[in-house]
Amino acid sequence: MKLRVKFRKYGAVRFIGHLDVMRFFQKAIRRAEIDVAYTSGFSPHQIMSFAAPLGVGMESNGEYMDIEVNQTLSSHEMVRRLNEVNVPGIEVVSVRQLPEEAGNAMASVAAASYTVRFRAGREPSCRYTEELSSFLEQEQILMIKETKKGSREVDLKPGIFKLTALDGAICMLVDASSSGNIKPSLLIQALLQYNGEPLKENALDQCLGDCLITREEMYQNAAENSPERWISLEDAGFDIVGTEIAGSDTAGSEKTGSDIAGCETVESKMEAADHEP
Amino acid sequence: MNKLALSDDILMKIEKPARYIGNEVNAVIKDADQVKVRFAMCFPDVYEIGMSHLGIQILYDMFNSFEDVWCERVYSPWVDLDAIMRKEKIPLFALESQDPIKDFDFLGITIQYEMCYTNILQILDLAQIPFLASMRGTDDHMPIVIGGGPCTYNPEPIADFFDILYIGEGETQYRNLMDLYIKCREEGLSRREFLRRAARIPGLYVPLFYETTYREDGTIASFTPTEEGIPDIIRKEIVQDISNTYYPMKPVVPFIKVTQDRVVLEIQRGCIRGCRFCQAGQLYRPVRERNIEVLKSYAVDMLKNTGHEEISLSSLSSSDYSKLPELIDFLIEECGQKKINISLPSLRIDAFSLDVMRKVQDVRKSSLTFAPEAGSQRLRDIINKGLTEEIILNGAALAFKGGWTRVKLYFMLGLPMENDEDIYGIADLSNKIAALFYELIPKEERKNGRVQIVTSTSFFVPKPFTPFQWARQNTKEEFLDKACKTRRAVSEQLNRKSIKYNWHETDLSVLEGAFARGDRRLSQVLLKAYEKGCFYDSWSEYFHNEKWMEAFEECGLSIDFYTSRERDINETLPWDYIDCGVTKSYLQREWERAQKMETSPNCSQSCQGCGANSFGCGICFT
Repeated sequence: MKLRVKFRKYGAVRFIGHLDVMRFFQKAIRRAEIDVAYTSGFSPHQIMSFAAPLGVGMESNGEYMDIEVNQTLSSHEMVRRLNEVNVPGIEVVSVRQLPEEAGNAMASVAAASYTVRFRAGREPSCRYTEELSSFLEQEQILMIKETKKGSREVDLKPGIFKLTALDGAICMLVDASSSGNIKPSLLIQALLQYNGEPLKENALDQCLGDCLITREEMYQNAAENSPERWISLEDAGFDIVGTEIAGSDTAGSEKTGSDIAGCETVESKMEAADHEP
Repeated sequence: MNKLALSDDILMKIEKPARYIGNEVNAVIKDADQVKVRFAMCFPDVYEIGMSHLGIQILYDMFNSFEDVWCERVYSPWVDLDAIMRKEKIPLFALESQDPIKDFDFLGITIQYEMCYTNILQILDLAQIPFLASMRGTDDHMPIVIGGGPCTYNPEPIADFFDILYIGEGETQYRNLMDLYIKCREEGLSRREFLRRAARIPGLYVPLFYETTYREDGTIASFTPTEEGIPDIIRKEIVQDISNTYYPMKPVVPFIKVTQDRVVLEIQRGCIRGCRFCQAGQLYRPVRERNIEVLKSYAVDMLKNTGHEEISLSSLSSSDYSKLPELIDFLIEECGQKKINISLPSLRIDAFSLDVMRKVQDVRKSSLTFAPEAGSQRLRDIINKGLTEEIILNGAALAFKGGWTRVKLYFMLGLPMENDEDIYGIADLSNKIAALFYELIPKEERKNGRVQIVTSTSFFVPKPFTPFQWARQNTKEEFLDKACKTRRAVSEQLNRKSIKYNWHETDLSVLEGAFARGDRRLSQVLLKAYEKGCFYDSWSEYFHNEKWMEAFEECGLSIDFYTSRERDINETLPWDYIDCGVTKSYLQREWERAQKMETSPNCSQSCQGCGANSFGCGICFT
């Protein structure tokens, strides 16, 4: 049975890297005595898959991990158990069961929304918010992307699905698929560059130092007949009701809307300022 | 927790920021205003090493079980953060509260190996605490700096940096020390008066109240208390009943991968064996076993509370634990269902242990370890290593038949009375084991084709409170010459292609030797070397031997005086004022037996009258 766990990451644990968050959850699942499934072989490990890794230093209100379990308690009870063994700054928001045919979190992610706030006293001097539409109207938004193999030029434009500004915060919905992932810091860099902000040394690192980036939610492509283009990863699963131990056949299904803190206005603003090609 | 001592800018710039943010599972958070004593517990090395240390976890748990004490952790900042903290004058902070160490009541430092001495200075420096205890004299706001751990059995080279050194096991006297501290503060007594009273608590050594004089030849003339009422001898503290004491049921679980990333179950303290080179074997006498039912419940609770996927037994010689088979059966049963690995270090290789290892690990991936320590039976008798070639070859034969193809062999070079035959014996024994494999295992059954023997040598460093404490240590040149001979001998063996030979760094062993048996004058060398930029000396990339040599030279001290000089049996040794339980006459007897190539039986065979029975517990009374 596949479960999708949604969690938040904030505060000091922002500085825990992706692999260590995985290790953290492996141990948390043991502490919570969740009946997780293991791979076979001489060194069995928990069957677990994480959605797109979060950069060190970033906060998130919408991180995801899929786990395979032999049996489960209700969603409510699973959330309670996991939070009981958590540390401040890692907070499980929901545990939902996935339909058998669902793809794993890692493969499913298509887009992610972010809020970027500049730290007090470190705001850029340019008036970048006023130029959002013209920035997005460019034919191409070319940036140099640093990868492990070297650097190459990429066009950010097709991967920017939304970009808005509100009260000094920049909200964005961008491509987060494995092939076209856009780092929010790269987009911010492009925006500042477009507005003539002088480049700092180690521009990207600086960008993260100057602002606090929060990932708000991750999305996957909605079913073909759906009116929406995306649904949140959480909405791909359904709540497990009842306190009895549930096998997949007895689990009830109760669909609830996602409740995202912070940049929850992204979706509504999406309709207002549609920049899809 | 909201507050971090380091800014986001710094945390984004440095390697592994998770080392410095605390907040781990089972880290203890208390209200600073509700406690009377704030204690910072330090392991002076990088987080991943320090977090792997059982002793700190035990004491952390003990201190935090005291309602009026909040104990936090601190480790050496890595070189990247070290540079930033110096430049920006950021005071060293504790992980839990992120508060500066200099505002604490105590800074406790565990001293596990000599080559961390400069890191102690780094800790004091970054914490903005004066290096010398004598310079903290009038400032009542400075933390009391207290040290503990194996190196405190000869603390003289670092004595000047500590207000107090705790000799022995920490579980026994810390409560008394906390009570004394609280009382002295309530009565408004001075730092010096507190230390004066602390010096009367058993096991506590306050270096400020002692004075050493030297003869013209550099040896010690006298070592005496400078005040009335300060004891001449400091006797080691031990826990008599280790089944009924502190043990951390909720050890702190680090976020990042550390060296010892598992539940550690200390099954016993001490070792019955009496190997003459081994300091731990003497320091932790008498052997005390932990009750098996206690251990079983510890294992279950600790695995549940940490979520670790591995459990390891800890002791100097696990095979000597009397209820080992029962304990291992329990663990296999308990851990099997939960997919928890069992790690069994320090097992003697025999039919029993091979059977157990087959159950708990993948034979193809694991290797066998033998520690003959010396290449010939003659030298193994001298060091009283109760291991014969026959035992080794029988163990290896069983293992090869069981599917093992990798063997690790550990030896020492530079042992007392060593000659070339002993050195060739290392190569010879390695070769014999390889030959045995080819003889026993027919070609078609050799899984990896070839047996892999890894032969490693380290250089022998004589340590205080061992029968070899009087022995001369080899010089760097002698060490190198011996390593070359070993390498050549290995390369001349028939099965040389199956043997890989590694040897240890020489410079580090020489320095370690100087500090292991050094006196108080060496504190000057440490300060000089630190000034020159030495720290993290046990990390080869940061070890600068030339700076150390300069430091000795500038202090007018000779390294050879401390290392390659054979001590006269009547010489006053720097650690003579410490009573670790084993008597000097016993050590002398063993030193003489070694010279006559006579072995001694171990504690379970017959009592050698070492003196540890004066503690009134353990194997001496069973």
